[in-house]
Amino acid sequence: MQKHSFKLLLILFSIGLVAAAHFQSIDQYVITVIMLMGINIILSSSLNVVNGYMGEFSCGHAGFMCVGAYVSSVLSVVLFTRDRVFGAPLLSADYSIFLFPAVIIIGGLVAALAGLLVALPSFKTRGDYLAIITLAANYIIISGIENLDVIGGPRGFQGMKRVINSMEDILEIPWMLIWVILGTIFSVWVIRRFVSSTYGKGVIAIAQDEVAAEIMSVNTNKMKMAAFMLSSGLAGVAGGLFAHVYGYVNPQSFNILKSTECLVMVYLGGMGSLSGSVLSAVLFTLLIEALRFVIPELNALAHHLRLIPESYEIGQVWKWVIIPLILILTMQFRSEGLMGQKELSDFFPFLKRFYRSRPTE
Amino acid sequence: MPLLEIKGLTQRFGGLQAVSHFHVSIEEGSLIGLIGPNGAGKTTIFNLTSGFYKPTEGEIRFNGVDTRGLKPHQITAMGMARTFQNIRLWPDMSVLDNIRVAQHYRLGYSIWDCLLETKRFWRREKKIDQLAHDLLEAMGLKDHALECPKNLPYGLQRRVEIARAMSIQPKLLLLDEPAAGLNSSEVDGLIKLVKWLREEFKITIWMIEHQMKVVMSLCSSMKVIDFGRTIAEGTPEEIQSNPKVIKAYLGDENI
Repeated sequence: MQKHSFKLLLILFSIGLVAAAHFQSIDQYVITVIMLMGINIILSSSLNVVNGYMGEFSCGHAGFMCVGAYVSSVLSVVLFTRDRVFGAPLLSADYSIFLFPAVIIIGGLVAALAGLLVALPSFKTRGDYLAIITLAANYIIISGIENLDVIGGPRGFQGMKRVINSMEDILEIPWMLIWVILGTIFSVWVIRRFVSSTYGKGVIAIAQDEVAAEIMSVNTNKMKMAAFMLSSGLAGVAGGLFAHVYGYVNPQSFNILKSTECLVMVYLGGMGSLSGSVLSAVLFTLLIEALRFVIPELNALAHHLRLIPESYEIGQVWKWVIIPLILILTMQFRSEGLMGQKELSDFFPFLKRFYRSRPTE
Repeated sequence: MPLLEIKGLTQRFGGLQAVSHFHVSIEEGSLIGLIGPNGAGKTTIFNLTSGFYKPTEGEIRFNGVDTRGLKPHQITAMGMARTFQNIRLWPDMSVLDNIRVAQHYRLGYSIWDCLLETKRFWRREKKIDQLAHDLLEAMGLKDHALECPKNLPYGLQRRVEIARAMSIQPKLLLLDEPAAGLNSSEVDGLIKLVKWLREEFKITIWMIEHQMKVVMSLCSSMKVIDFGRTIAEGTPEEIQSNPKVIKAYLGDENI
């Protein structure tokens, strides 16, 4: 029984959250932040598979998120709503409740295929050169979509809100929150199973000594492909959820800045630590949201103290100074991140009693 | 049929001929030595044999199969394991995990079994776990199973590396200077270990080694190479008194 207490707690917590949202005990803003937190958890933990466990440096994670976001958005709009470009829906909107997870997963699968864009070059190159390839992949994807006028090009794509609304017409519950919670649990669960199996540990072996891995019978090419595809596929899932939370996507929201956010979360949490990734995604989201309130206050204070000229305002763009600064400070003062390579259960061994451990642990 | 047969093996790196027309034939159950001064091409021969380089010319047959064009992990899966001159364990993974990951060629489950945690996944993981524990027990490493290799003394790291190679259940074991960096009591331990491995697992061993004590007490015959060429072969006693070998190691007496 005790072995399942973590699972039970998680289920109770999720139900509590959904109920609180349903009965409007928490306002829409808080719900949005919680959903963003979930998406960030998926992003950071999936990027950790490549950057942490496999020891490669991928800095184009948002590109795969973009693929997932567009594929699932277009799919759900085409399937469930009347659209100016795509015309009448292919299916009745009633199916949207059941088929929505499939739509998100298809987005993830296509994103996993896009992951081949970096997985295949990784057979021959690694390190800095591969990092440049991931950056290039990010740009290829964004530019490709910007030039696809049928899905809005640089103007972006919308209509997903109508899909969510039609779900709410059928049953009035906070659907998106539910999907995000499920998506987050699914992603973390998949990654945990992967990295704690002997199969997935092949990836860690590649990080520590690729030559030894190949000589000791690990099919390194296959492992790299699995790691990249898993990582980008889950980024695609995060992208799909992201698109449906906001109801609008635009290629530029998946540019290098978004990839940098993912990197900051991974390195803040600790490379090769799943609980670190989850923790840092939560902290990071809270921090970014806090900046929304702190920056205007700071602006007012600076004006009050006459530290800056009347004509200058400290705006929200300073967020983009602060996020990379976190990365620099992390690297400088705690280069292994919050958790290093350890998991929460390494710091607090009693936690192990509350979940079922893997055969390799 | 010999277990390993190499004919006319030649390897060029640009203008450098690292190995030229090397040939060897290793019968099952034998223990052959390969010696030569620094830079003679010994490790290159091992890298070619284990599939790490593709030979420029020549033929390598392992267990009757031509291994040219096969990837190192495929050759390993055929039953050829090796260790490295400079230990190449996965330093931040427990000793137990080092052994487990080396079982990749016979995992017996796919990524889907792993993600869905099927019965097969649990059964195979338990089996691998059992194998790893048994091997560590047999190799006297049981107490260090959960330690990371980087925290172990050098001599033990060597032992772990040999254990990891043995976990493949190889027919042929390539040892690349197993005694390098060991003190004299550790060398005695190594000699004992290698003798025990041969008796217990009936494996064939091909080793690169300089230390005369190791070579004399283990090898039945050996080859000496210099600048990629074979300069002598025979029993350790014959090699020891061969003037060509002395010249290769110590230089010409007329200087």
